[in-house]
Order: sequence, then C-alpha cells, then structure tokens
Amino acid sequence: MSPVDYFEVFGIRPSLAIDLSALQKRFYELSRQWHPDRFAARSPEERQQALDNTAALNDAFRVLRDPVSRAEYLLAHNGLAIAGQGGKDVPPDLLEEALELNMALEEADSSDLGRFQKQYGEMLETIDRDLGALFADYDATPGEAILLNVRQLLNRRKYISNLTAKIGKAFEAGLAH
Amino acid sequence: MGTFQIDFGHEGQQSHIVGIDLGTTNSLVAYLDAGVPKVIPGADGDPIVPSVVSVSPLGQILVGHAAQHALGTHPERSIYSVKRLMGKGIDDVAGEAKLFPFRFAPSEASEALRVELGTQTFSPPEVSAFILRQLKHNAEQFLDAPVTQAVITVPAYFNDAQRQATKDAGRIAGLEVLRLVNEPTAASLAYGLDKRNDGIVAVYDFGGGTFDVSILKLHDGIFEVLATSGDTHLGGDDIDHLLLRIALEDIQSEWNIDLAAQPGAVQLLRRAVIEAKHRLSALPVTDIEFSHDGRSYRRELTRELFDKLITPIVERTLGPCRQALADAKLTPAEIDEVVLVGGSTRIPLVRSAVEVLFRARPHTELDPDKVVALGAAVQAGILSGAVDDKLLLDVTPLSLGIETMGGLVSKLIHRNSTIPASATESFTTGVDGQTNVLIHVVQGEREMVKDCRSLARFDLKGIPPLPAGMARIEVRFLIDANGILNVTARDQRTGLEHSVEVKPSYGLTDDQVEGMILESIEKAEQDFQERQVREARLEADTILAATEKAKDNPAYDALEDAERALINQRLNELLVVYHSEDHLLIRRKIEELNAATMTLAENMMNTAVSTALKGTKI
Repeated sequence: MSPVDYFEVFGIRPSLAIDLSALQKRFYELSRQWHPDRFAARSPEERQQALDNTAALNDAFRVLRDPVSRAEYLLAHNGLAIAGQGGKDVPPDLLEEALELNMALEEADSSDLGRFQKQYGEMLETIDRDLGALFADYDATPGEAILLNVRQLLNRRKYISNLTAKIGKAFEAGLAH
Repeated sequence: MGTFQIDFGHEGQQSHIVGIDLGTTNSLVAYLDAGVPKVIPGADGDPIVPSVVSVSPLGQILVGHAAQHALGTHPERSIYSVKRLMGKGIDDVAGEAKLFPFRFAPSEASEALRVELGTQTFSPPEVSAFILRQLKHNAEQFLDAPVTQAVITVPAYFNDAQRQATKDAGRIAGLEVLRLVNEPTAASLAYGLDKRNDGIVAVYDFGGGTFDVSILKLHDGIFEVLATSGDTHLGGDDIDHLLLRIALEDIQSEWNIDLAAQPGAVQLLRRAVIEAKHRLSALPVTDIEFSHDGRSYRRELTRELFDKLITPIVERTLGPCRQALADAKLTPAEIDEVVLVGGSTRIPLVRSAVEVLFRARPHTELDPDKVVALGAAVQAGILSGAVDDKLLLDVTPLSLGIETMGGLVSKLIHRNSTIPASATESFTTGVDGQTNVLIHVVQGEREMVKDCRSLARFDLKGIPPLPAGMARIEVRFLIDANGILNVTARDQRTGLEHSVEVKPSYGLTDDQVEGMILESIEKAEQDFQERQVREARLEADTILAATEKAKDNPAYDALEDAERALINQRLNELLVVYHSEDHLLIRRKIEELNAATMTLAENMMNTAVSTALKGTKI
C-alpha cells in the first residue's frame, strides 16, 4: 500500500501539460496488459497484482486526464497541497464583486445573475489560458516559483467555480418555480 | 448381458466457463462455441428458464416452467421476481409486499430479508441459487461436462449489497463466479459493434424489474463505459402491477368480490394481463381475458390507452438517460448507435421514446431476451483466454463514501469511475487509549448519510493504546472489477495489517453463506446418491431383460447344466438387491451376472456371425 506515483504508472515525468490523446492511448495499452480479465486463470498472487496494478492505472488516469486535478496532484506531490479550505478564502480583488453577487443572489434578479454568470465564465477562460501558459513554463523549467503561481491560480479558479455553481443552482431553483 | 464397450473418449470433457443472465423474469445460460456465443436449451428445448421457484407440499423444489405453473395452484409456496429482493432489507419492500403471493418472514431492519415458502424460509440468494443450479444442470447436460465456473450478469445500477448477494447465490449453487458483468455492457459485447467501427454507443436496458442505461466508447476492441445510470426498481413488473390493479378494480365492481384475497386467482389474472401486454406490442387492440369460478371477465385494451397508462413509467427511464449523457459530457447527437435490451423494449412506446431521445434508430437484430446471456458468454471467453481482442472497462454506478462528523458523507470514489478503483484514507483515534475505530461506508450521491444506502460497518480493531490522535491507520477502499468493495487497513506507525471485520448491511455474513453452501452440498450429495441408484437400476433392467431374452436362444440350451445354473443364481441375486438403496451392491451383482453370461454371449455372437455369413453370397 505504498503511495503510487501516478506519473510513474504512465511512465512519464511529472509534468503539467500532457497530450491527452497520447495519455488515452497509453491507458488502453496498459489496460490490455494489466486488466484482471487477463489474469482470471492465474495464481491468486498474480490476480491480486493485476487488481492492484489496474486500480492504480485507473486512479492515475482519472487524476491525470483532468488538467485541474492533475495540477492539484502535482502540487501535493511537491508538498504544496491546496488545503481542504481551498477556494474558501476570498481573493482580495474579488471581495467587492463577491458581495455584489451575494446581493444579486438574494434578490434573485435573473438579468443580474446572467451578467455575473457571463462575467465569471470569461474569468474562468482567462484563468485556464494563464494556467496553460504556466503549465508549459513549468514543464520547460520545473521550479517551485511557478508551482506557487499555479497554486494561486487554482485557488482563484476554485473560488470562481463555486460562485458559478451557486448561480447555476439559483437558476435551477428559479426555473422550478 | 456381456457386451463389448467402445470407448469414444471424452472429447467434451474440457471445462467450460458459462455466461449466465440471472434475470428478474427469465434466466438463461450461454457458452462460447468455437468463438460464437450460443444459448443452451433445457431438457424441454427452451433456453429460457422462468425465474420462478416453488416448494411443493412434499418439500420438492420446482424451478422454471414447472414453478410458473405452481404459481397458480400453490401461490403461497411460490416466488417470482426474487431479483427485486436481492440485497434488500424488510423495510425496502414494504410497498410491494402486498402484491407478492408469498410472505416475508420477520427479520431485523438491517438484515437480509427472508421469504416463507411452505414450512421453510429462504434468503433471496438461496432462492436465486435454485435458479442457478437449474441453469448449471442444463449446461452440464448439454455440454456433457461439469460446469463449475460462471460469469453472471447484474444490472449496471446494482449497488454493492445487490452484487454481493448475486455472488453469494452463485457460491451457494456450487458456481465459482469469476466475474459479475453489467447487463448493458454484456449486451454491447454480444452485438460486437466494435467490429464495425469506433464510436459512441448507448445501451438502453429495460427488463422485467430493472432499468439501466450505459454510454460506451468503443475503440479497437476496448469497450470503455463512460457513464451509467438507472433504477433498480423499475421494469415490466411495474407495468404488470398497473394493469393488474385495474383488472382487480374492474372485477371488484363487476362481480362484487375482492379477488385480491385469493392469491391463486390473482396469479392467473396477472398471467392474463401479461399476455395482453405482450399482444399489444404487435396489435393496436386486444382483450384481457380471465375466467374464475364459472364467471368470465373481459376488458378491451387499446394500445392508445395502454400507452397513456405507461407513459409515466417510460418517462421515468428518460431521467437516467439524460443523467448518463451529462456524466459522459455528451449530447444526444454524439451517440452513434443505440442498442435495445430487455423484454420491455418490445413495447412500441418505449422504442419511440428512445428514438426521440437519442435521435438514432435502435439496434434490435438480436433477441432482447437473449442478448445479455450471449454477452456474458463472450465475457467468459475473455476470461478463459478464448477471446483476446476484446476488453471491457466498466465503471462503478454509485459514489462510495464514509460517514464523517454530523452525519455527513465524505466521498472517496465518485460514480462513473473506471473499476477497479481505489482510495486511501487515514483515520485516527479521538480518545486516549482508544483501541478501535468504527467506520461506516455508504453508497449514493447525496450529502447526508441518512439519504445514502448503508453498505457496511467496519471495526478497525487492535489499535495500540496511545494518546488521542497519535494512532494513524491507513484504510484502503478498493472496488474490484465486479463492482464489489474490498477493504484493507494498515497501521502507519508499525506497518502492521489490521483486521477488518465486515458487517454487511442487508447482506449475509460469510458464515451464513458457508452454512448455505454446506447445506446445498448435503442436498446435492443426497441427489447424487439417488441418481446413482436410479442409474444402477436402469442398467440392471437392461441386463435382466437381455438375459431373459437370451434364454430363448438355442445357444442357451447348448450350455452346460452348471453354467445355466450359475446364470440363474446370479439372476436371482440381482433381483434380490434390485430394490436396495446401495448402488454399489447393485452394480456388483450386475458385474457378476455379466461374468456368468460371458460364454453365452460369445456363443450367441458366433452363431449370429456364421448365420449372417451363410446368408451372404460371396
């Protein structure tokens, strides 16, 4: 039960910008090799090994194929884990907007909510673009400074995602009336 | 009578892994014949074994068509749709208990329920094991070889308890369950859609008691499930109950009697509405016809009215379809092919609803009643190595979590994660000197424990007494390829493995299953003993008849007196032991009579040959 290195499972070095189609291809290849179905007639030890290998492969693929969970994993890997409270601390520049949004949510003004939703959507796009650039930077010259920037952006992203989720719920509730 | 045996060898004696569709309404067994999946017929030539079990007043177990017949004559001793009870507690079935002809035995709310059939009570896995044993028997007769390993299909949306109950049923029936396969996934294997091209396939599986939908991505022989959803309590049974209620109300007002109080009559009426339902798949209008005690009831049912009645049921299947699409991050337009599985997909309204939702004409080439068993046989081939170009990557249908403070759920493995999947969580103690930690595992999507399904409670024991918070126990939750949870625990300080005691909610403990296996082996031994005796007597019949006949042959008169006397003595000895229950004794006497008649047999053979030669012109 020693912790599994998800990058090692795929035989790649720890990196942030990953070619998804290559990852998927490797996932299929390794599945064919390791899946318990291939070991049904083997010894109990070999079957257990196949089960453990495939569980690790599936866990690794699930984490690495999503850019956000991949980055979070790499941060944790480097002792920079985003704490459980991640996304709850309000980034200072968003404080005023967050208060405004909460007011709009209370009044349930759908045109205001729509405006916020659009605005946050654009913010997320910007963040994802910036993250993409940081990912490439990190892969070219790995270093903690870049990771700290990544962590800051991920926190901000999480906070905004939570806000959009709130708006989504408000819309759903509004539509249900 | 002495005979010359020719040994044809035992070409069929290789062991087969069979594929079994253990359905709500019908069950089937299939095998892979030189790469081609085929269903196996029973003694009556029909591969379909109705999933009905009945205990006769003499205590004999009836399965399949025979049990279906008994539903009308001994309804209180008969059980159908047992699959709806698998992995359930008594409270889960309170709503429909009244509709079943059998009764539930009292049991604790968190325990597996038991049904009363005659004087005996059975857990749902034991009832399912009777069906499995029948299928095993059919396969062994057909293949002329022992069958001890199987792949069994389950609804994709089955939870851990329901899966475990199915595996227990296999064990009780004497089958090693090599894999539980999700029914929609099995169906996609049977269709072999991977041969045509890569693409996205939706499988809509609407059976007798359960509804499943799975979205798969096919690529070069890999069947990767992207998302699955469903309702394990939604199927053709619900339509039957709807029609049955209407007919019962009609009869109540027309005849002024409460037919519901007569379980046998209710079962015959249920059969009548099911037959009408089946006819409506082909006809625009039909009659529900039923007679009882010299009176007859007839009610016209148009497809238009039928469609109106079942619309709410059909609509309940669309929610899971949309959920599965959303989870797979796909729109209906991205679905390349749709496969229909399960008897309820014969209903025209169901077909058109699927067509409208997925905007694709569904595949119906394979018999929707057989396609799941055929797919299970393909998976059996994958496990045996006979099929090496296909691989299933399935998912867990429900999120797995543990109870945390305040009755909240902390999710460890999310739904639609590819299985096997694992998660590791650290636990510590809250009180000085605490030596055990209780962990409550639940399955479901909701935030609160009370809204999820309790799966099991684990007791981590043997933690060394330390100040609070010092102990560190790492627990690994692993969902295996069957979708069943395995738990291991390790003390991080000492590296020692911890014992994990499992108390499955609504399930059977290992000891209980072991007990049932022993009981069934005892029964099987008794059955085996009886069969041995019956076979020995059949053989005795043959040799006795042949010897009596030989006495008319001139060769018999030509024997020495002593030889004739010995034959008669051996003959009488066999007749004396004929009715004994000792098959070995019967067989020994057969052998002795055989030996005594050897000369006679040779002489008769020689005479026959010379007669034949004389009659032949050379």
